[in-house]
Amino acid sequence: MKIIVLVKEVPDTYGDRKLNLETGLADREASEAVIDEIGERALELALTHADANDGTEITVLSLAPEGATARIRKGLAMGAGSAIHVSDEALRGADLGLTAETLAAAIRRVEFDLVITGNVSTDGSGGMIPAMLAELLDVPLATGLSSVAISDGAVSGTRRVESGVQKVSANLPAVISITEALPGPRFPNFKGIMAAKKKPLEMLTLADLGITADNPDAARSIMLTVAEKPPRAAGVKIIDEGDAGEKLADFLVENRLA
Amino acid sequence: MTEFPSDAILVVVETGASGELEKAAPGLFGAAAAVGTPIALVLASPGAGSAAAAEAAALGARRVLIAETPDPSVLGVPSVDALAAAVEQVQPDAILISQSLNGRDLAGRYAARSRAAVSVDAVGVSRDDEGVVAHHSVYGGAYDVTSTSTFGAPVITVRQGSIEARATAQPQDSETLTVPPSGKRAARIDSFDEAVVATSRPELRGAAKVVAGGRGLGSEEQFALVGQLADALGAAVGASRAAVDAGYIPTAHQVGQTGVSVSPQLYVALGISGAIQHRAGMQTAKMIVAINKDGDAPIFEVADFGVVGDVFKVVPQLISALEARKK
Ligand SMILES: Cc1cc2nc3c(=O)[nH]c(=O)nc-3n(C[C@H](O)[C@H](O)[C@H](O)COP(=O)(O)OP(=O)(O)OC[C@H]3O[C@@H](n4cnc5c(N)ncnc54)[C@H](O)[C@@H]3O)c2cc1C
Ligand SMILES: Nc1ncnc2c1ncn2[C@@H]1O[C@H](COP(=O)(O)O)[C@@H](O)[C@H]1O
Repeated sequence: MKIIVLVKEVPDTYGDRKLNLETGLADREASEAVIDEIGERALELALTHADANDGTEITVLSLAPEGATARIRKGLAMGAGSAIHVSDEALRGADLGLTAETLAAAIRRVEFDLVITGNVSTDGSGGMIPAMLAELLDVPLATGLSSVAISDGAVSGTRRVESGVQKVSANLPAVISITEALPGPRFPNFKGIMAAKKKPLEMLTLADLGITADNPDAARSIMLTVAEKPPRAAGVKIIDEGDAGEKLADFLVENRLA
Repeated sequence: MTEFPSDAILVVVETGASGELEKAAPGLFGAAAAVGTPIALVLASPGAGSAAAAEAAALGARRVLIAETPDPSVLGVPSVDALAAAVEQVQPDAILISQSLNGRDLAGRYAARSRAAVSVDAVGVSRDDEGVVAHHSVYGGAYDVTSTSTFGAPVITVRQGSIEARATAQPQDSETLTVPPSGKRAARIDSFDEAVVATSRPELRGAAKVVAGGRGLGSEEQFALVGQLADALGAAVGASRAAVDAGYIPTAHQVGQTGVSVSPQLYVALGISGAIQHRAGMQTAKMIVAINKDGDAPIFEVADFGVVGDVFKVVPQLISALEARKK
C-alpha cells in the first residue's frame, strides 16, 4: 500500500505569529516555522499502519518555501520512506486553489492508494485542501475522521457532523482528513534521524509539474486589507481572601452580565 | 426559466437528522441580506425538502431551490452537483456556505471543480464597487483581514455563530432543482448515530456567555462545577484541549486554535492556564473573567477581572452570591 501524507509548514502556534501588513503574508522572521501538529498526527496514523503491515510505503508531501526542507526531513526521521518538497517563487502567497492544484499534480506523478491530510491547518483555518484534492484527483473523500481503519482496498472511520456521528467508508484510492482526536506523533529517535539523511527527498518546481501560477481561467482569492488589532490589556486581578466569589458576583451584576 | 435577481447571493444550507435546517442558517441569510438578495439552495434529506424550504423563506430567502439527495448514503458529491446546477441558474454575486465540516467539503470541492476562488472562515461580508468582500479574523483575532475573488463570484465559508444579523422573513417561493449527477467518486455513509441533545444550555458557537473549564477542574465529576456556574449565568459550556484530552467533556466543547472560536459578551475561564492556543479562540470576547490558583497563569494577561484562587472555593461562593442577588 502506498500512502501519501500531506504536511504543512506553519508559524509555530506557541510563538508570536505575525502578518506582514504590506503583503498580508505570514511574516516568516517573526516566529519559528514548524510542521503543523495535525500533519504530524496524520503521519503517525500512516506509520502505525506501516508498523503492522509490511509493504506499506509512506511519502510525505509538502508545498512550502525553500527553507522548509529541514522540517520536512523530520517526517523522514519519524519513519516515512521518502519525501517530496514542492517549492517555487511563484507559489509565494498561493491561495487554496493554486495550492490544491499544485499538490494534486504532485500526487498524480506518483501512484497512491491513500492520501492522508489534517482536517484544518492552524494558520489558514481553511480545512479545504483535502476536499479540493479529492475533486481534482476524482477519488472518494472522507474528512474529519476521529478514528480510522485502513484495510487492503478500503478505508473507514467515524466522522462527527452537526447532528451526530457518521460511520463512513471508501474504496481506495481515496483522500481522508483526520482530527486531533487521533494520537499525537512519535519522536524521531537517533536511528531514525541518521536513516533520514539517506532517504530520498525530491524537490519539485511548478515547471516540473506543468503548472503556471497565473492561469487566467482560474479565479484566485486575494487579500484586500490587513489590519492589526491592539493586543488585549489586563484588567484587575484580586487574590482570594475568602470573599472573591462575592466580589466577582458584584462585578458581573455591575456590568449587567448576571 | 425564471429570472433571478441580479444581486443574488446564493446561500447553501443543509438539513440535519430530523429534517431541520442547520444551526448556521439564520446567520447565513442575515449576512446575505446585507449584501444582496438571498436565494437559498436547500440540500435536504429525502422528503425533507418542502418543510426546509419553508424554514429558509422564514429566515429570509427570496427564492428557494430544493435539492433532495437521491441517495443519502453517498457522502458529499450530490451536494457539489446540486451547487453547480444552482450556480448555473442563479448566477449569484457570491456563494455563502457554513464553515462546518460538510460546508468546507462542499466549498472546497465546488471551488476546485469550477475554478472559483474561496474566502474561508469569514466572520462577516460587505460589498464594495467590485463585488462581495469577506472579512476574516485571523491568528486568533490578532488581525482583521478582508479578501475577495479576482473575478467571478467568491465562494465564502462563514464561521459558525459569527453573524448576529438576521434577515426579514419572505413569502415562500420554492422550486425543485434538477441536478445532473457528475458521477464523481464518493465515500459512503454506512451508519449514523443522531446526537441526543441532553441539555437545555445554549449552543457554544454564537453564545452570549461562555463558562469554560480546564485541566484545573481535576476530574470529569468535578467538571460539573463548570456546568453549575454556566446554568447560574445562562451560559454555554466550553473547555480547554487539556480538559477534552483528559475526558472531562466531549470535543465539541473545545475552545481555541483547533476548537471553536467564540466572541461572547462574557467568557469565564476556570482552571485554564491560558495557553496561546486557547486564547486564540476566546480573546475577542468582550469581557473575560478568569479564576486560577496560579497568579502567573497567562490567562490573567487577557482577563478584565482575574481572581487568584481555588475554583472549588470561589465558584460555589459565586453561584450562591448570584442566586442571592437574583432574589
Ligand atoms: C497545534 C495545537 C493546537 C492547540 N489547540 C488548542 C485549543 O484549541 N484549545 C486549547 O485549550 N488548547 C489547545 N492546545 C493546547 C494548549 O497548548 C494547552 O496545552 C491547553 O490549552 C492547556 O489546557 P489547560 O489550561 O486546561 O491546562 P493546564 O495548562 O494544565 O492548566 C491548568 C490550570 O489550572 C490551574 N488550576 C489547577 N487547579 C486549580 C484549582 N483548584 N483552582 C484554580 N485553578 C487551578 C493551574 O494553575 C493551571 O493554570 C493546542 C496545542 C497545540 C500544539
Ligand atoms: N502547503 C501544503 N503542503 C502540504 N499539505 C498541505 C498544504 N496546505 C494544506 N495541506 C494539507 O491539508 C490539510 C488542511 O489544510 P487547510 O485546508 O489549509 O486547512 C493540512 O493539515 C495538510 O495536511
